[in-house]
Amino acid sequence: MKQYDAVIIGAGVTGSAVARELSRRKGNFLVLEKESDVCEGTSKANSAIIHAGFDAEPGTIKAKMNVQGNAMMDRISRELDIPFKRVGALVTCLDEADLPHLEELYRRGEANGVPGIRLLNGEEAREIEPNLQETVCGALLAETSGIVCPFEMTLGFAENAAQNGVEFCFNTAVTSIEKKEKNWVLHTDAGDVETKVVVNAAGVHADELHNQVCEEKLEITPRRGEYMLLDKSAGAHVSRTVFQLPGAYGKGVLVSPTVHGNLLVGPTAADSDEKENNSTTAEGLAEVGEKSALAVKNIPLRQVITSFTGLRAHERGDDFVLGESAEGFFDAAGIESPGLSSAPAVGVYLAEKIAEKLNLPEKPDFDPIRKGVVKIAALPVEERQKKIEENPAYGAIVCRCEEISEGEILDAIHSTLGAKTLDGVKRRTRAGMGRCQSGFCSPRVMELLARELPADMREIRKNGKGSEIVFEKIR
Amino acid sequence: MKHDIVVIGGGPAGLAAAIAARDSGVEDVLILEREQELGGILNQCIHNGFGLHTFKEELTGPEYAARYIEQAEERNIPALLGTTVVSLERQGDGILITSVSRQDGLLQIEAKAAVLAMGCRERPRGALNTPGFRPAGIFSAGTAQRLVNREGYLPGKEVVILGSGDIGLIMARRMTLEGAKVKCVAEIQPYSGGLKRNIVQCLNDYGIPLKLSHTVVDIHGKKRVTGVTIAEVDEKMKPIPGTEEEIPCDTLLLSVGLLPENELSKEIGVDLSPVTGGPTVNESLETSIPGVFACGNVLHVHDLVDYVSEEAEQAGKNCAAYVQRKAQGTEQTAEGKIPLLPQGAVRYTVPVTLNRDRMEDQLVVRFRVGQNLRNATVRVQADGKELLRRKRPVMAPGEMEQVILRKEWFTGNEKEITVWAGQE
Repeated sequence: MKQYDAVIIGAGVTGSAVARELSRRKGNFLVLEKESDVCEGTSKANSAIIHAGFDAEPGTIKAKMNVQGNAMMDRISRELDIPFKRVGALVTCLDEADLPHLEELYRRGEANGVPGIRLLNGEEAREIEPNLQETVCGALLAETSGIVCPFEMTLGFAENAAQNGVEFCFNTAVTSIEKKEKNWVLHTDAGDVETKVVVNAAGVHADELHNQVCEEKLEITPRRGEYMLLDKSAGAHVSRTVFQLPGAYGKGVLVSPTVHGNLLVGPTAADSDEKENNSTTAEGLAEVGEKSALAVKNIPLRQVITSFTGLRAHERGDDFVLGESAEGFFDAAGIESPGLSSAPAVGVYLAEKIAEKLNLPEKPDFDPIRKGVVKIAALPVEERQKKIEENPAYGAIVCRCEEISEGEILDAIHSTLGAKTLDGVKRRTRAGMGRCQSGFCSPRVMELLARELPADMREIRKNGKGSEIVFEKIR
Repeated sequence: MKHDIVVIGGGPAGLAAAIAARDSGVEDVLILEREQELGGILNQCIHNGFGLHTFKEELTGPEYAARYIEQAEERNIPALLGTTVVSLERQGDGILITSVSRQDGLLQIEAKAAVLAMGCRERPRGALNTPGFRPAGIFSAGTAQRLVNREGYLPGKEVVILGSGDIGLIMARRMTLEGAKVKCVAEIQPYSGGLKRNIVQCLNDYGIPLKLSHTVVDIHGKKRVTGVTIAEVDEKMKPIPGTEEEIPCDTLLLSVGLLPENELSKEIGVDLSPVTGGPTVNESLETSIPGVFACGNVLHVHDLVDYVSEEAEQAGKNCAAYVQRKAQGTEQTAEGKIPLLPQGAVRYTVPVTLNRDRMEDQLVVRFRVGQNLRNATVRVQADGKELLRRKRPVMAPGEMEQVILRKEWFTGNEKEITVWAGQE
């Protein structure tokens, strides 16, 4: 049985951030992931926002981690090559009667230590964001709010961790946990592993693991959030994230540019009892359309290119559960919004606790730099030309909508924790993410995967086991 | 790098335009094609039925393409293959085209004139906002066609097809012939968007039910499609509660519309029609930007490649005339545009304006109707004066129509020309 200092369960953004921060230390670390790639659960389907931190109640772990995580993002995005822009956010108030709540939000922001927040009246808000509805009567502006690519963020942490020696094991689900003297034994569907420390970053399933070993039980409810993603031609409809102040209309949905230039609209919020049900519903999508129009006018919803549902891991106690819940068993549970924003801080917090517990010395050769797949089309002309001369595959466009070359797809396949599936290629390069939604490029990407992995075309999958794309060979 | 005419796209439209431009006397014509071979989407259309109008015989797609590729080769018209155009800008009174390829890297090509022939793409599932999971097994019909006909793999065994566009109908037959079971074709409209002959030859002949006024309201299966729920829709195309039916299947093919691919056209500032999604063009098939012409599916989606070739030939010819006028220093801007207005059941016309001086003796005006019509009449008037009236026993949205206008009918001073279709 293989032995580790720490095993992290779950390769979402939280687990990957913990792994990356742990990899600063000497030790044997492993990440177990039940899906075929990183970022397959809650981390892949959310608002893609680095929140400023005014939302959470002062004194909560959420508030603390959010504000810390936000402040770390400039460095993190530089070190890990993560697309991130501080575009700012506006929380819009749609009813004069709710203005006191807006002021309360401002005070909460102050109490949480959020820099760069101020209150605007309706006109001031419309001046900086002309597509706001006339009904917007006030707004809280938060300058430090940002937009990020959640795939790249998770990949950045995970790849950097792997570069620095952390092992990753995909398609491996932990079925049960057992105490063995001072250590833990994790039974997985691919054999057992033994470890001194377990990090439970299992998203919506974190309560199942926690409850196997802790007296005090957790209860995580998947909270469904449906979204619509609009074409890049709609991406400039708003220039910052526009929230609605929770009020008579319910929680409200946001309208936000994405870091890649699309427009994102959503989410709904509905508790579910199915932890893997990320299907969209007609009602949910209709609700997104209706509610988004309350704060922002003329959203070109006809330009939707895809819709999706995310499952937030909502814990009964309404806060993150962070820390050593049982001897050597560390929780990162109940990580719902602002989980993405908090991940950098959660990573540091837990890694330090674990390092202290196991007395792990720093690793002098830790390399904090990770490079993502270079976006050739975004390079200046001369550099692009030079890249193509060095490697002609950078000149062969495979995904016409996002202008992604064969060379970039090969880079994604051969990178650290390389892509093995269509979704894997899509998240690392954006091939298939555009307006035709992979209609043209998917057969070509399948061929490249088959050639490079190598694998038979019939084994090429969209994502996990069971998502094979073609069946039999007919000639 | 400088060229007189650059044709963007080496499919049927681009080929015919390039050939016509050369035959009209412009030597320096260059084709840019993003795939590794000329012929465009025809290369995956291995069924027959192409060329009935042009060649009076039934060819397969690749055979039809080969006829034009041969003509282009005979004329030694150069084509850069594997070359994707990534930007299109105006430069002086010409056009600056930036392309990228494996062999040439980034190329900047200055052209006196250009023909847009980029074709169209399929509307994806996301654009329909169909609820449900997002598993493997959902393909646009054209993607499935490529997987079957070019890659040689069967993408599904039990298939439901949403939308009755021609590619969907062709794929219903193709998948059946390869051993798959096509359970039904659901069409949200009360009529099919495909050609009558395809409904007969691809569905009826194989006993595949066409469910009109039906749509997919849910997609099941987290990893791979395990089934879809279809439901009947009302006249507002809203699903009628209680009519849901779950159909087990492993594959959903979508044939729900084609969109002219005009991202480059937008970039250079070509005006687009909100109805067709393609450029608005004059009698010469010239867009709102002088020297930029358009033809084929990038202009408006066609049913028959024969008409693409015919239209593209005109575009190529007119583009050559533009270059020649330019060389002679003749005035490029032509006064006296007469608007062509769609009326009644007519949804749009191509072209949208007409200049008598630039018109040939005959001008083909293509259009589509927005509903099924029986015992219909097509009427063309200029300032209220009837120029043409024709009886049409049947008209359908899935079939492109045309009228031919004669130069002798016009003085050039008309205020408007209307093209009307309906029941009198």
